[in-house]
Amino acid sequence: MKLAKAVVVPAALLLAWEFVMRSRGIESDSLAPPSQIAVAFVDAMLDGTIPRRTAETLRAALGGLAIGGGSAIIASVVLGLVPPAARLMQFSIEVLRPIPAVALIPVALLVLGFGYRMEIALVAFACFWPVLIYGHSAITNIEPQLIDVSRVLRLTPISRVTKIVLPAALPRYFVAFRLATAVSLIIAVTVEIASNPQGIGHELMAAAQSLHPDLMFALLLWIGIVGWGLNSLLLFAQRRLFGAAGAAVSASP
Amino acid sequence: MTSASPLPHPAASAAPPLIAFRGVNHDFGQRPILRDIDLAIGQSEFVCLVGPSGCGKTTLLRMVGGLLAPSSGAVSFAGKTVTGPAREISFMFQDYSKALLPWRTAAGNVALALEAAGLPFRERGPRIAELLYKVGLAGHTDHYPAQLSGGMQQRVQIARCLAQEPSVLLMDEPFGALDAMTRQALQDEILRIIATSRTTVIFVTHDLDEAIYLGDRVVALYPNPGRIAQVFDVTLLRPRNQLTTREHPEFLRLRRALFDFIAEGET
Repeated sequence: MKLAKAVVVPAALLLAWEFVMRSRGIESDSLAPPSQIAVAFVDAMLDGTIPRRTAETLRAALGGLAIGGGSAIIASVVLGLVPPAARLMQFSIEVLRPIPAVALIPVALLVLGFGYRMEIALVAFACFWPVLIYGHSAITNIEPQLIDVSRVLRLTPISRVTKIVLPAALPRYFVAFRLATAVSLIIAVTVEIASNPQGIGHELMAAAQSLHPDLMFALLLWIGIVGWGLNSLLLFAQRRLFGAAGAAVSASP
Repeated sequence: MTSASPLPHPAASAAPPLIAFRGVNHDFGQRPILRDIDLAIGQSEFVCLVGPSGCGKTTLLRMVGGLLAPSSGAVSFAGKTVTGPAREISFMFQDYSKALLPWRTAAGNVALALEAAGLPFRERGPRIAELLYKVGLAGHTDHYPAQLSGGMQQRVQIARCLAQEPSVLLMDEPFGALDAMTRQALQDEILRIIATSRTTVIFVTHDLDEAIYLGDRVVALYPNPGRIAQVFDVTLLRPRNQLTTREHPEFLRLRRALFDFIAEGET
């Protein structure tokens, strides 16, 4: 029932789109009726174009996410636990952070050339900031009493980080990673559209330039599905992993 | 005082005090928090600190726990100046919801103290079971703090403190957030547990009745800045009983004296 309600509007729009294109007999280089888009989608799936291009994009996006997000975790723990380091780095962070990752495409191209390396580097740059900022605030906002507990029990500095600080900050890190995942896909596709001859973005650009609106829209649809799928996967994981801890946070007065 | 037989007072005996404050002053920035604190606490003594908010009770406790150094003067434990947390001194926090790790079960929270002490993994299980049994949580080993009531969470904290095998137990308003019935049950629980060991307890509370019921001595503090105003000796017999002890003339006399004293301090 819920699904039916959700589908009503898009289905009506698609039907109207199909009807207008057919009844007017529009032959266009920039627009295709939904039926042709569906055919193009199935063809591109079956001949391996979409799976191959998707693998390329995801490899770059997730690789960049792992590198950028991973180094941001380490950096945020250091900044969070060593306030002088945070003060020292604050200016540099505020200058570097606002640089749009896509503005670095020419630089990356010049230094690293086409291929995975430049795309991963740009995705990593873009993913570094949200994880750093969220992670830093997660660490500095840890309940001070938990730190007192770790002091009273005389935990070693390493145990303090692994047993108290990181678990306490983990839910916020997860939220940061969800944000960064969305960013990684956006940056990967953008880099592919702008310059890098690989991935879904490149295929999309090629379809548009070779006047295949059906394939172009099919790829657009697919990018949406991939993004939605990744986010759903992470939401599901978040509920599974932090269900109990999340309940604990909301249940405490 | 007629029927109460006075117990020999540990601090009054010749043995050197276990914990001593000597000329302790403390300031937060410009604000004076504590002034001229001199207090000696003997082995196995149960001392309650009472006084209005802002009298520095918790600050005193944190100093003994090694969480805070006084601005001047010194706090000593077993003859040595306290410079940081010690294994023998365990600290029980008021806010159980913030003192337990929400991502660990009751057993896991107790395990934290054993991990910190470096107890081998194999020996932890039986020790945890024993500690949780001792505080009446045998059936709740695998429950997360969020699944336990406030009283039960505070029992987990007691178990975690006991896991340290402390000779001193510092308790910062541990039962302040609990309902009256739970509170009385835990008061008796604590008295029962420490009766068998020779644990020294410093107990901070707002509740004058609680202070008299639990303590060997009640130290009343004045606020702004915190100073020791008066020390009351409690000579009530042990083991204490929620009904008979609280009806005892000596209890009522002390209660009256403390209430008058606090009322006086507020005017």
